[in-house]
Amino acid sequence: MKTTDTPPTGDATIPAPREGRDPVIGGTAAPVKEKREGTVLNVFSHGVLIIWAIMVVMPLLWAVMTSFKTDRAIFTSPWSLPDALHFENWSRAWTQAHMSEYFLNTIVVVGGSLVGTLLFGSMAAYVLARFEFPGNRFLYFLFIGGMSFPIILALVPLFYVMQNMALLNTLHGLILVYIAYSLPFTVFFLTAFFRTLPTSVAEAAFIDGASHTRTFFQVMLPMAKPGLISVGIFNFLGQWNQYLLPTVLNTNPENKVLSQGLVQLAVSQGYKGDWSGLFAGLVMAMLPVLAAYIVFQRQVVAGLTAGAVK
Amino acid sequence: MQHGKYRFIVGFLAVPLALYALFVIWPFVQSIYYSLTDWTGLSPEFGFVGLANYTRMLDDEIFWKSLQHSLTFAVVLPLVTVGFALFLAFMLNVGGRRRKGAAVTGVRGSSFYKIVYFFPQVLSIVIVALLFQFAYNPNSGAINSVLKLVGLGSIQPDWLGDPNLALICVMVVLVWSTVGFFVVLFSAGMASIPRDFYEAALLDGASRFTTFFKITLPLLWDTVQSGWIYMGILALGAESFAVVQIMTVGPNGGGPDYSTIVMPLYVYQKAFRDGQAAYATTIGVALLLVTLAFAAVVMKLGRRERLEF
Repeated sequence: MKTTDTPPTGDATIPAPREGRDPVIGGTAAPVKEKREGTVLNVFSHGVLIIWAIMVVMPLLWAVMTSFKTDRAIFTSPWSLPDALHFENWSRAWTQAHMSEYFLNTIVVVGGSLVGTLLFGSMAAYVLARFEFPGNRFLYFLFIGGMSFPIILALVPLFYVMQNMALLNTLHGLILVYIAYSLPFTVFFLTAFFRTLPTSVAEAAFIDGASHTRTFFQVMLPMAKPGLISVGIFNFLGQWNQYLLPTVLNTNPENKVLSQGLVQLAVSQGYKGDWSGLFAGLVMAMLPVLAAYIVFQRQVVAGLTAGAVK
Repeated sequence: MQHGKYRFIVGFLAVPLALYALFVIWPFVQSIYYSLTDWTGLSPEFGFVGLANYTRMLDDEIFWKSLQHSLTFAVVLPLVTVGFALFLAFMLNVGGRRRKGAAVTGVRGSSFYKIVYFFPQVLSIVIVALLFQFAYNPNSGAINSVLKLVGLGSIQPDWLGDPNLALICVMVVLVWSTVGFFVVLFSAGMASIPRDFYEAALLDGASRFTTFFKITLPLLWDTVQSGWIYMGILALGAESFAVVQIMTVGPNGGGPDYSTIVMPLYVYQKAFRDGQAAYATTIGVALLLVTLAFAAVVMKLGRRERLEF
């Protein structure tokens, strides 16, 4: 999975406006049929690729643009540029519409559950990958079986399990549930990863007198760092964007996380007719993810596609 | 390495396994049991009713609607998404202008395209659904105003409000947000196919079109198949719940006249809106069966001899 790029194009230059002229420059000499086919294909591919790129970018640009407009302008001329940059939309969303609280809750929940997922996931994966004991296979399949089951089926009883344990509508309860539901993929991925690491290093540490626990934390975990980063990014995005679990298990308005908050915002601001505030909230939620994605683009892509390419 | 081995194994597995058993396994088991009772979820008392919920389900018109929509999702979405992503990935990797020495090349700026295409994948499905809900707005949404701008003012569909269009609108959103992921996935696979295969085929007079079906697709088959299953599970599960629940509000949720209701949303409504927890788990069991059947069918249909290269 590490070789994502096609060999000839290393740079990420923007090819957009040149596509019409390219084939003329390239196709002047040699009227070979095969060459012409290549040229036609080239024009066609650029055309299709650019159209899809526009289709992806337009809705997002439209949202950014709309977040700076007045409510009147949103309804009368949806595609025109804003007459002025109405930053008050943003401050309204941040304070009055509770976006700051949603952000804080999300950071707490995702922070806690990400650490927990990586810690417990790697502990379980390490034992399952490296130790022979009766029931090893069974436990492994028990864990990875959770990947294909529809979560909604478990959510109905889970709601009452949480209620009985007084974990319903609490942030720490949500953290525990996030960890539990992230374990299947994490264990699956990290088990495969631990199997690829050489055994000799751990054995040497063990012979030198380190306990199993110490070997794990001081030798194996540092060696597993690339795997932890990939699966960490995967879990971070999954948990940051999680919607189904909090919708069912965390309905207290004060504890809402970002994804719920946005839906709440859509309902409440829609009621007040404050569409500009809503768009400001949406863009606000979008920007950190966009920034992180652009900075860590390579790792994000590797982390998210890691599970599927094996 | 025997010293304290079992103590270590137990110590390391205890917490993860306890969490997993308590919050994932146990509810799953319980829900299958609850589907045989008349539990409302509101009171702790309930009785065993055998298969009554299941016979009720077979007579439930809305259940059949939700099943039909979920099956449509599971068939259409992977087909469209994987197909379109393969097409784009092929364009990215083989559509390039000829350069010296190489028979096939990627288009210029292919990594730029991949960065752009992948972006919706990192966005929350909630943001995507809310954005498109406004784009679809019949009065002042982005789509209808574009139609007006290009002179098609007479065509102003109701989009999400139109029972015949709503389901398609929802599917378009799911395709839009997931295609990029598969483009990147398939591109990585295509980049690892040796270039000389294409060279040899092109020398023998094959068109590039043929090379796609004779070289790219067979060598990429495993990835395509796992992508297919991944997309299908996504279309049956949480993603379709989020998109339908957020985008099609309607009086009951699930669009005008239940025209977009999907199985996960129906489970949610029965359990947390109507106080029919037992019946909700029955529909959930049906969803589980559909998911497993889907995976089994794809594996069965997709079985090919594995090609080593």
